[in-house]
Amino acid sequence: MTETSSAPASAPVSASVFTPKSRVRAFFEAWPPLILLALAWIAAMLLLAAFGDLVAPADYMAMDLRARLAPPVGMGGDWAHPLGTDELGRDVLSRLIASIRISLTIAFLATLVSAVLGVSLGFLAAYFRGKAEQAILMLVDAQAAMPFMIIALAVLAFLGNSLTLFTLLMGFYGWERIARIARGLAIAAQEQGYASAARDLGASPWRVYGRHILPNIASTLLVSMTLNFPEVILLESGLSFLGLGVQPPETSLGAMVGYGRDYIQSAPWIMLAPSAAIVLTTLCISLIGDWLRDILDPTLS
Amino acid sequence: MSPDLASSEPLLTARGLARHYGVRLPGGLMGRRATLKAVDGIDFDLARGEILGLVGESGCGKSTTAKLVLGHVAPSAGEVRFDGAPVPVDHGGDWRRLRRRMQMIYQDPLGALDRRLPIAAQIAEPLQIHRPDLSRADRGARAAELMRAVGLRPDQAARYPHELSGGQRQRVVIARALALDPELLVCDEPVSALDVSVQAQVLNLLEDLRARTGFAALFISHDLKVVRQMADRVAVMYLGRIVEEGSPEEVLHRPLHPYTQALVSAAPSPHAGRRRARIVLRGDPPNPVEAPAGCSFHPRCPVAVARCRTERPPLLREGRRAVACHLAQAAGGGFAPAPLPSAAVSGAAA
Repeated sequence: MTETSSAPASAPVSASVFTPKSRVRAFFEAWPPLILLALAWIAAMLLLAAFGDLVAPADYMAMDLRARLAPPVGMGGDWAHPLGTDELGRDVLSRLIASIRISLTIAFLATLVSAVLGVSLGFLAAYFRGKAEQAILMLVDAQAAMPFMIIALAVLAFLGNSLTLFTLLMGFYGWERIARIARGLAIAAQEQGYASAARDLGASPWRVYGRHILPNIASTLLVSMTLNFPEVILLESGLSFLGLGVQPPETSLGAMVGYGRDYIQSAPWIMLAPSAAIVLTTLCISLIGDWLRDILDPTLS
Repeated sequence: MSPDLASSEPLLTARGLARHYGVRLPGGLMGRRATLKAVDGIDFDLARGEILGLVGESGCGKSTTAKLVLGHVAPSAGEVRFDGAPVPVDHGGDWRRLRRRMQMIYQDPLGALDRRLPIAAQIAEPLQIHRPDLSRADRGARAAELMRAVGLRPDQAARYPHELSGGQRQRVVIARALALDPELLVCDEPVSALDVSVQAQVLNLLEDLRARTGFAALFISHDLKVVRQMADRVAVMYLGRIVEEGSPEEVLHRPLHPYTQALVSAAPSPHAGRRRARIVLRGDPPNPVEAPAGCSFHPRCPVAVARCRTERPPLLREGRRAVACHLAQAAGGGFAPAPLPSAAVSGAAA
C-alpha cells in the first residue's frame, strides 16, 4: 500500500505516457508461470537423467522379495519405498529414475537425428529442385505411407535389439515431416528478399541456408521438433510395452507401463508413476515448444 | 586494345540485350503460348564513375534490365560485359566473386535485410564472405566506419531491421552494398518506398558517397526528378526498348520522343505559376505479350504517321543524344522534338 501510494510522488515527472509495470508483473509476463513450471519439470527430468544414481534410494535391479507389491506412501506404505515396489519387490522410485534416464536419452537423441536428417534432406530438395527433389520427396512419401510401427517391428525382429540401434531407429521417426516442412519453408524463403539479397552479396549456398534461411525458419522447425519429441517417447513406450523396445533388465518408461499392466488392479502404482512421468514430460515439452516459438521471433515482443 | 584506351573503355556494356519469357495466355489448357518480351534488345554503355538513369513506366523492363546487368537472369539474346569480360549468369564461383565489384540496392529495404540479424552483422557480411583475410576486429571496425558514413549512430549497431525507420533501413542496405567498395552499383528504385522527405536524405547520401568512393551506377526509377538529381545520363525505356537517351537537362527540357514529352509533361512542377501544357496519352500501356508492330508506341502516340505502324524506328545516336522516333529523326542530320499537334495538348490537367 505504502509503496503504491509513494511511487508516483517519488517518481520523476517523465515524458513517457506508459505507466510503469510492477517488477513482479513484468517478470511473470516475460516468464509465464505455466512455462516456469514446465521448465522446472524438464530441468528436474534432465537432472534426474544425469544424476539419478545419486538420488535413487536403491539399485533399480535390486529385489526385496519380502516387500513385494508394497504400496506407496499415502496408500498405506512406508518411506522405505516411497513409490512402492513391484511384483519382484524392486523399488518403483529407483526404477522410475532409471527409466526416465533411458527414455529421455533415447527421445532427445532420436529427435536430434530426425531433425538433422529432415532439415538436411529438406534443404537439399529445396536447393537442387528437379530430379534430386523428386527423389527426396519419393523417400518422404514412402516413409509417410508406411506405418512406422511396422518398420520398427521388422527392423528389431531382424536385426536384434541394442540401445544404439534402437535410438537410431527412433531417429528415423518423424524425419519425413520435418523434411517436408523444411523443404516448403526453404523454397518460400528462397524467394524472399533477404535470401536473394544474401545470394546477391555473393554468399555461398551454405551461408545462405545456414546463416539466413535456417534461423528464419527455425521457429517452425523447433515447434515440429517439440511435437516429435513426445511422439518418440510414446513410440518407445509402445515398443517397450510390446516387449520389442528396451530389454530387461534395463528399463524404460514404456517397459514399466507394459510390465505393470498385469498388476493394474492389485498394484496400480507400478504403472501410474511412469505414466504420469510420460504425460507430464510430453506436455511440458509441447508447452515449451510453443513458448520458444514466440520468444525466438525478434519481431514479436 | 591499346593500353591508353583501357581507361576510356566503358565499365559496363550491354549489346542487343534481351530477355523473353514464355507465358501462356489466359484460357486454361487451351491458352495459347506467347512470348513476353520484357527487354527487347537494348544497347548501352556505362563509363567508370558514371551514373546512368533508367526511367519508364512500370512494366517497361527496367528491373529486368537490372537483373540482366547483374547476371541474376540469363539474357535470351545479346550480352553484358563488365570490365571487358562477359558477366556470368550461373550463380557459381565466378559469379559470386564478381559480387565484390557489383552490388545492388533494393526497392524494399526491409525485405532485403535479414530480420534475425543485427544490422552491424549484416553490414559486415560482405566482408565476411569476400574478405576472409580480415580479422573479426577489422570487420567490426569497417562496419562501424560504414555505419558512420551512411549516417547511422554507433549505438544502433545491435538493432534489428524492424526496429529502424524506412530511411535507416535503406541506409543499412547502402552501407552493406558499399562494404566492398564496388565499382558498379545497381539501384532499383532505391527511394520509391520512402517518404518524400526521407527520399531527399537518401539521395543526398548516395551523392555524397559517390563523390567519396566514385562508384558507377545504373539508377532505375520511375521518378524523373530523382533521376535528374542523380544521373549523368538518362535513358528512357518504353516496352523493353530504349526510346531516348541524353543528359538529364536535355531530356527533361527538350524531350525528343513523344513518349518522353508526355512523361516530362506529367511530372508535377514546383512552380505553381508556370502551368505547363500536359500531354495526356490515350489508351492503355500496350501488353508486352502482344507488342504492336512498327514503333511500339504508335497506338498511344498523338503524332503517329503511317510509317510508324509498319516500320520500327532504330535508336539513332548523335553525340550524347539518341532517339528512336521517325518524326524526331526526320530533320536530316540533327534531331528535333517530334512536333505535337495542338489537339493532343490539353490545358493543365485536373
